[in-house]
Amino acid sequence: MSKPIVATTSLAGCFGCHMSLLDIDERILELIELVEFNKSPVDDIKVFTKQCDIGLIEGGCCNSENVHVLKEFRKNCKILVSLGECAIMGGLPALRNGIPVKECLQEAYLDGPTVIENSGKILPNDDELPMILDKVYPCHEIVKIDYYLPGCAPRADLIWNALIALVTGDELKLPYEVVKFD
Amino acid sequence: MRNAVQNILKKFGNDRGRLMDILKGVQSELGFVNEEAKKLIAEGLDMSYVDVEQTLSFYHFFTDSSRGKYTVYLNNSAVAEMMGRSDVAAAFEREAGCKFGSVTEDGLIGLYDTSCIGMNDQEPAAIINGKVFTNLTSYDVKDLVAAMRSGKVVSDLITKYGDGKNSDGLIKAMVANNIRKSGDVLLTSHKAGEGMVKALDMEPAEVVDIVKASYLRGRGGAGFPTGLKWDFCRKSNGEVNFVLCNCDEGEPGTFKERILLTEYPELVFEGMIIAGYAIEAQEGILYLREEYEYMLAYLEAVLKGMRENNLLGENILGKGFNYDIRIQLGAGAYVCGEESALIESCEGKRGEPRNRPPFPVQKGYMQQPSVVNNAETLASVVKILKNGADWYTMRGSRESTGTKLLSVSGDCKYPGVYEIEWGIRVRDILDMAGADDVQAVQVGGPSGECIGPKEFKRTICFEDLPTGGSIIIIGNKRNLIKDVVLNFIDFFIEESCGSCAPCRTLPPIMKNRLEKILNGHGVMQDVKDLEQWGAKMKMANRCGLGQTAANPILSTIRNFREKYEELIRKDVDFDSGFDLAAAVADSCEYVGRKPNL
Repeated sequence: MSKPIVATTSLAGCFGCHMSLLDIDERILELIELVEFNKSPVDDIKVFTKQCDIGLIEGGCCNSENVHVLKEFRKNCKILVSLGECAIMGGLPALRNGIPVKECLQEAYLDGPTVIENSGKILPNDDELPMILDKVYPCHEIVKIDYYLPGCAPRADLIWNALIALVTGDELKLPYEVVKFD
Repeated sequence: MRNAVQNILKKFGNDRGRLMDILKGVQSELGFVNEEAKKLIAEGLDMSYVDVEQTLSFYHFFTDSSRGKYTVYLNNSAVAEMMGRSDVAAAFEREAGCKFGSVTEDGLIGLYDTSCIGMNDQEPAAIINGKVFTNLTSYDVKDLVAAMRSGKVVSDLITKYGDGKNSDGLIKAMVANNIRKSGDVLLTSHKAGEGMVKALDMEPAEVVDIVKASYLRGRGGAGFPTGLKWDFCRKSNGEVNFVLCNCDEGEPGTFKERILLTEYPELVFEGMIIAGYAIEAQEGILYLREEYEYMLAYLEAVLKGMRENNLLGENILGKGFNYDIRIQLGAGAYVCGEESALIESCEGKRGEPRNRPPFPVQKGYMQQPSVVNNAETLASVVKILKNGADWYTMRGSRESTGTKLLSVSGDCKYPGVYEIEWGIRVRDILDMAGADDVQAVQVGGPSGECIGPKEFKRTICFEDLPTGGSIIIIGNKRNLIKDVVLNFIDFFIEESCGSCAPCRTLPPIMKNRLEKILNGHGVMQDVKDLEQWGAKMKMANRCGLGQTAANPILSTIRNFREKYEELIRKDVDFDSGFDLAAAVADSCEYVGRKPNL
């Protein structure tokens, strides 16, 4: 029997969830015995080369590129998992959600204290650049999400337990230590 | 300013417990309670600035900045919308030249939304500088704004007074009573003192026994047995007991207390006296919602008259009973109709419901045993004492004795107050009100139940359809979900005190989901989610507001499921409703690029 295939991505996230995935330490050797990785920063495969079983999504959507990637994942993965606070709720990037996007751009490129030199008052508008969304969206407000793994970042053990449960079909182990956050 | 604030503080004995009255006083004087005033109040009451701030910011009618020389609060209840509120609002914005939620540049006119003001039978209605204006049209608005611009006093803008005591010199309101049906318990002639004379001749415990024998249940909606409540209070070990009369009828569509207080204030006060005697209290507080402030001077005069006739004060009617009543004005908060929130408000705090136990009968006002009764409950007590428990139990149904005041509004010919016996069929109410093209009836206001024609045979009583009295009739021409359910959810979002997280956060999320369904992006899962979240609201909130805030959605899904099913997509299981073009439109416009979708 062929191994289940896993894809991962980081949208509007900080890669912390991926770091947490790496925190499974030596179990990563066990993991690659159990699954095959496809599109993912872990193996640097940039585009889907085959249909996958599980997609892990870190981060919410703050621009059109994120939306595009998320939709690709939905198309190519049987099961999508929102991994961590930003994918589930928008997280830190969603702090801008109470502020109109125009004001955010103005602060970032024209008036903010970190703007050293922009005498031409240039705002990034090249067609190659992703378009900024009016607010940061959690993933389930764009596509259907099957499972949610909470945490900032979710603990390595939670990610591990969830992957094992998905791969083996066994019930997910959720001991208190794995889901307590303080 | 210092002097003005200090005079007000002095008037209320620098008592923190009277912070509501102090804020009201300062606001009447200055038009607002700004930072300087807040500091002076905090200093004068020896409390922290933020404690003053948190009470001030909690209430809709308190403000820390000017809301204009003329402040218009236009009711935005569902029935107001049905009766043409949006035209009136548009006229106000056009004529005044500012949007709702703001003040004109010259500071003359402020326009604000407000939750139901108890005038559902004569909408659209607004409160302008404390005066009520009913049956407004866009023509009226033109005249009103012109009069404001010419500097007229608001009371001079009222040209015609309503019937009954509405035209009394101390009320002078254009409000109509709209009493459509009088029974022989409440809306009938009453000679002041008739009930209390009998009560004062008995032992307090006997009075409680009679109320118990009448099976009278609370008229605010929850229906707790009144005699039992009094008994619990008597058995609590406190230093002093209090009676609180709840006249904070904020449930959209109810206005029966308006009628009771306008036409039968002595009856309500007398009920408070009897309750006070029964639980051996010395002080009663009538909590009057700010929306009814226009009656305040009149009610104070009635109290004065009762004191002069020795129905209140020292040694009442020579029976050795000392008791007096004060009126506590609210400041715009639906949740203050919840008894423990009402108590908090009477103590000058934010109107946040308390954790229970202890119940108010154990630790209520000032941490002393307190009875909180609805005005209608107390008014009924008077007649029970006068005519006896047997006389009373002859009326109504088995578990709901006596009569009930229904506030009927919406799509009908005869909106107004009806005194009926418990056990009346919904269909009979509709006949009386002249409603023939009915899609749905909202029984008990937004927190109650929305029923369709199949259930019009059901009866109004605690055994079947309980209600605090609000009956809103929704005609066939209305879009039930858009015009009614959405409005009700907005109401709960606005009125949540924010203390319990589910009540603070879920209604906005549920509203988004409802809008998604209305926009054609709904799927079956959305309906399931709404049902599931609604069930959580019942479990996870502290007070009745939070527990019932999902009822408009839950009861329409239950009774009008087909209306939801008509709106949702059947071709897919999932539709997020996300629109990329709309989401990038603003940023693309700002940076000057063409969206590349």
